[in-house]
Amino acid sequence: MQRIGVFVCHCGSNIAATVDVKKVAEMALMEPGVVHAEDYQYMCSEAGQARIQEAIKEKNLTGIVVCSCSPRMHENTFRKAVERAGLNPYMVEVANIREHCSWIHKDIEEATKKAVILMRAAVAKVNLNTPLKPGESRVTKRALVIGGGIAGIQTALDIADAGYKVDIVEKTPSIGGRMSQVDKTFPTLDCSACILTPKMVEANAHENITIYTYSEVENVSGFVGDFTVDIRKKARSVDMTKCTGCGVCQEKCPSKKTPSEFNRGLNNRSAIYTPFAQAIPNVPVIDREACIKFKTGKCGLCSKVCQAGAIDYDQKDEIITEKYGAIVVATGFDMIKLDKYDEYAYSQSKDVITSLELERIMNAAGPTKGHLERMSDGKPPKEMVFIQCVGSRCSDDRGKSYCSKICCMYTAKHAMLIRDKYPDVNVTVFYIDVRTPGKNFDEFYRRAVEDYGVNYIKGQVGKVIPQSNGKLLVRGVDLIDQKQIVKEADMVVLAAAIEPNPDVRKIATMLTASIDTNNFLTEAHAKLRPVESPTAGIFLSGVCQGPKDIPETVSQAGAAAVKAIGLLAKDKLMTNPCTAHSDELLCNGCSNCANVCPYGAISYEDKEVNDHGKREVRRIAQVNSALCQGCGACTVTCPSGAMDLQGFSNRQILAEVDAICR
Amino acid sequence: MSTEKKQAEQIKEISGVNPLKCMKCGKCSASCPSYNEMDIKPHQFVSYVQNEDIESLVNSKSLWKCLSCFACVERCPRDVKPGKLIDAARQIVVRQKGQDYLLADEIPELLDPDVPQQLLVSAFRRYRR
Repeated sequence: MQRIGVFVCHCGSNIAATVDVKKVAEMALMEPGVVHAEDYQYMCSEAGQARIQEAIKEKNLTGIVVCSCSPRMHENTFRKAVERAGLNPYMVEVANIREHCSWIHKDIEEATKKAVILMRAAVAKVNLNTPLKPGESRVTKRALVIGGGIAGIQTALDIADAGYKVDIVEKTPSIGGRMSQVDKTFPTLDCSACILTPKMVEANAHENITIYTYSEVENVSGFVGDFTVDIRKKARSVDMTKCTGCGVCQEKCPSKKTPSEFNRGLNNRSAIYTPFAQAIPNVPVIDREACIKFKTGKCGLCSKVCQAGAIDYDQKDEIITEKYGAIVVATGFDMIKLDKYDEYAYSQSKDVITSLELERIMNAAGPTKGHLERMSDGKPPKEMVFIQCVGSRCSDDRGKSYCSKICCMYTAKHAMLIRDKYPDVNVTVFYIDVRTPGKNFDEFYRRAVEDYGVNYIKGQVGKVIPQSNGKLLVRGVDLIDQKQIVKEADMVVLAAAIEPNPDVRKIATMLTASIDTNNFLTEAHAKLRPVESPTAGIFLSGVCQGPKDIPETVSQAGAAAVKAIGLLAKDKLMTNPCTAHSDELLCNGCSNCANVCPYGAISYEDKEVNDHGKREVRRIAQVNSALCQGCGACTVTCPSGAMDLQGFSNRQILAEVDAICR
Repeated sequence: MSTEKKQAEQIKEISGVNPLKCMKCGKCSASCPSYNEMDIKPHQFVSYVQNEDIESLVNSKSLWKCLSCFACVERCPRDVKPGKLIDAARQIVVRQKGQDYLLADEIPELLDPDVPQQLLVSAFRRYRR
């Protein structure tokens, strides 16, 4: 028989205002095995933990029940507290009388009744608890970063600087990501490439960093500290060890009609290409869909002009298999497609563009060499209209429910840069709200209004109509002046919502990392663990977790790196002892458990068993406790009741149910 | 419940619109072809219902100036759809007049079958006033 102590927490007034905590403690004393019960204002406090430790010593307690908040909150706190008092940490049970009781009920009598029942269930469980000992698993001292944008680069640099090996896997032919497409950065207006390329070069030169560009993660297995990852290195058709990056192949390539991804389709690129001049690695790839040699077998011009003999048409995709201790997701974002927003005439007019397209137009290395001009006729615009929140903050099925966060600032930046460089261009911004929280952000926006004369209008645009004279008729509203506004514009710029890179769904599935309805990766805790996925060993960096600007991304990238380093610095990890195991006499080898196991932890082996003197070879389920996460799916699936979970045994759970129904 | 409150609830029920979802972007008013004819603008319709000032709504010029073109319904990013509110307010007026019915033979026979039903009913109310 256990000697159980029950500790009922007031949680200030969080619990005590709705639950009669004294009564819960009194009732606990009537439960079998309970030899001590008390209530206290804050059980999680230093003093509260000391009370538990004292009671363990004074009354020789063997099991503890804490009636408090969710075990997600403080189970670990109390486990550590009892361990310091010499008790096995798995002899603690937490009855959640806050989230599951006081917070959701109003009636004191009813809530108290429920709290007593929850306490009883926990006592019934502790009566059957056994001491458990966590196992150990090793940590591979290497990290994988998925995505080579500013988030991935920063995370990799920070991990590498701490002395650990890092691999970056980037889908496109170069690292750099969205930031390499941006012309200037807010609120300082420094050139994006000028601050990004040194980091790209540093990552490339770092002895601890390996960069796999034009590569994708194909398969992930294993668990925290010991992941095994297959990386598909797509055939570049160019030998990276031979290529000198001279660029002659790109000049001579006769296939030049593929829309440039880097310039958002505003101009074309050759079939053999590097996305941009400062690309890292500065080695082109052959786009086999566009290449004449691959399509018709004739051409081969690039091979002829290559002095280094680097062109290799026979190159094949390569699979690299590597082990990692930690994985950081930094897959970034793209702008939403605007095909559902026909009222803004995006697909009808070349002069209706997205803000990212404007970045390319404003950039000296862009399709217009940095000259602001209409994409339809190359004429300089005189009237420009910016429309905010296109697809952001929408509750219909056309857009995204969230605020994309960066648009207010980049629009102020665009407006300001245009007014600065082309003072005769009138700039009008239609906005719903201007959101500029951030250091020097609101001052930046005010400068656009006060110093640069950008015309901000509170209201939306209902329709953009391309006219026969080549202009765009914009019909909007000024809600403050109560006027409908109809004006002719030369260019319209849409601040399209941003969304997580669509590939993230596939990656999240491989990592068993959870994802929300908008495809943003979910944090382990929205406030207290913002850079960790609930899946152990997976960390989040950049916009894959939620919309953010460059400084925020860099901060978060550093935070994700610190968390990964904290993991890599350990030689061994304690594994959760609450894992499943099968009773070989009950197991009938049906495979149901292996089919439901999300972690691939169950296999089968033919084993000789002694069933009450009868010896025979049977097919029996085996659980790899290093892979098992203790989810319990197998235990409820097993038709013969052979699967059981340590710490949550079938007996314990039935005892809880019995206690609740008593 | 006051009459105004009751009517506001009725408008919400008939239209299926929750005015609290409005984020005051004005896209409805930006889209409205009758904007200049209206005394209460489409985006204001939403706040009038929210503030339960139904008296002003039913006596407004706007009630009968709305063309039921449904541009606002089509483009509203928040599913608030002021055109539906306006139509519901009309229905309240019509109900008060005891004319809450339609004669089948009055519906022109040669209608485009693709036209949304609500548009027909809405237009019908307007022109049969």
